[in-house]
Amino acid sequence: MILNEEALTQRVVSNDIGISVKKEGRNRRSVRHIRAEGVFKKLIFFVAFGMVVMILGILVTLVVQSSLSIKSTGLSFLWGKVWDPVRDIFGVYPFLVGTILTSFLALVISIPFSFAVALFLGEYYPKGWVPTLLKDTVELIAAVPSVIYGFWGLAVMVPIVRKFEAAIGVQTTGVGIFASSLILAIMIIPYSASLGRSMVQMVPGNLKEAAYSLGATRWEVIKSVVLPYTKSGLFAGVMLSLGRALGETMAVTMVIGNTAKLPESIFAPGNTMASVIANEFTEADHPVYLSALIELGLVLFLVTVVINMIGKRLVKGFSK
Amino acid sequence: MESTIVKAVNYNSYFGANHVVKDVNIEIPKNAAIAVMGPSGCGKTTFLRGINRMHELIPGATAKGQILLNGTDVMEMHPIFVRLKIGMVFQRPNPFPNLSIYDNVIAGYKLNGISLPKSERDRIVEHSLSRVALWGEVKDSLTKKGTFLSGGQQQRLCIARAVAMEPEVLLFDEPTSALDPISTSKVEELFHELKKNYTLIIVTHNMQQAARVSDKTAFFYMGELVEFDDTKNMFTNPKDTRTQNYITGRFS
Repeated sequence: MILNEEALTQRVVSNDIGISVKKEGRNRRSVRHIRAEGVFKKLIFFVAFGMVVMILGILVTLVVQSSLSIKSTGLSFLWGKVWDPVRDIFGVYPFLVGTILTSFLALVISIPFSFAVALFLGEYYPKGWVPTLLKDTVELIAAVPSVIYGFWGLAVMVPIVRKFEAAIGVQTTGVGIFASSLILAIMIIPYSASLGRSMVQMVPGNLKEAAYSLGATRWEVIKSVVLPYTKSGLFAGVMLSLGRALGETMAVTMVIGNTAKLPESIFAPGNTMASVIANEFTEADHPVYLSALIELGLVLFLVTVVINMIGKRLVKGFSK
Repeated sequence: MESTIVKAVNYNSYFGANHVVKDVNIEIPKNAAIAVMGPSGCGKTTFLRGINRMHELIPGATAKGQILLNGTDVMEMHPIFVRLKIGMVFQRPNPFPNLSIYDNVIAGYKLNGISLPKSERDRIVEHSLSRVALWGEVKDSLTKKGTFLSGGQQQRLCIARAVAMEPEVLLFDEPTSALDPISTSKVEELFHELKKNYTLIIVTHNMQQAARVSDKTAFFYMGELVEFDDTKNMFTNPKDTRTQNYITGRFS
């Protein structure tokens, strides 16, 4: 505001003493710029604040809509092992296990690939048409609609998984936790890979040179300079992938087998929280059932938030 | 009398098609401080980085000709052994930010996967830090991070890190250009001590520094080695008019 007034008085003064029109024009323009600055600041503040309001709104909606189920089931909702909508028994424990199991298994499978891509693109070949092609392709993995992964999983991957499982002596149809984890692993690679790549590229050249000048090989430079420098960033990328894996719905629903039973092994069919909601929402024929599904959504929301908060903590710890 | 330790024979280096160092022939004597000076972009740093084969780390960089270390062509040696024998100190102090002062000094051994007994490590750390006159200042804070030190101390830590590997030659790439005058003079004092045990090759764009610290000076201009002579001769009686123009400040 002070700036604004100053600019205004300056304009008046320059008019009074008759300074050239050009100068006056420039002053008027700067006043407009200063006003625009204030409007812009308010605008971005409201947009940013709107995000917070929206997230809180979602949380409130979930809580309100699930109140019916919270009242009738209570805390046993969380560790009840039976999900039987016909008898109004709602226990989400099998889906909680299914969600966590598929997500973490997917994470374990995807990490070697995403770190390899991050190092290859960030350290070994940051420039050139082959790396650019690889980078775009990896990013495209994130752009493919998840229903397509589901189709591909059912048509191509599940038969292969079935053969593999038969070969190691497990009796299944191929669909289940393991197949979902494989699909998820592919889908979440781009998140940790592209964040990891930009982190690896940000390692200061002078640190790498210091290591090279001491006789380090490329691998030793990666191990002793690049990885310690980027570990918090790499971990943040992994958390991003995990968040994606926890919430992924369509592709998982198509290959997980959709059973309400607690999975006996990683090769058994199961279900995730997101899949249950997607599968049963249209079938929810009475209010408690619908409310229970919304409460399931609330649990998924909270699990994701908690895991994200733990991840943030760990990232902070790493960067010290 | 004096024996040659580093010798360049028709050495050329390039960045892609850009010819940066042109046909350099030079014989660098052992246990001396050699200054390499010249205006910006004259190829002095590129030449320096060719000696320990750091030049080739830059994509598109190539070199032709020979650099002989004690008669062996470094281009025929594995770059890792070259860099173990020829240490390097950079323009900006670059201690490893995740390592303590102690670990920074023995970083070379760690990087190369050489495990030493604790007593030996302690000896190397104390010896190297003493060599760079830093031991007294940091001996009570060896576990603190290297980046905790001031810029001048960090640079001496980096010299200690290079010295710890017991190289034969130490390369300095404008080692004081990021330092304040007091830190600069401390580093310069070090050169007089260090050259008793090592051969120092110091790239500098500061003529006064070249005059103060070196026994011999090489003058580079437009990628060529114009003149290489005893520092005293060079500054009092330059043979080439380009050298004369440079030291009288007619171009910089």
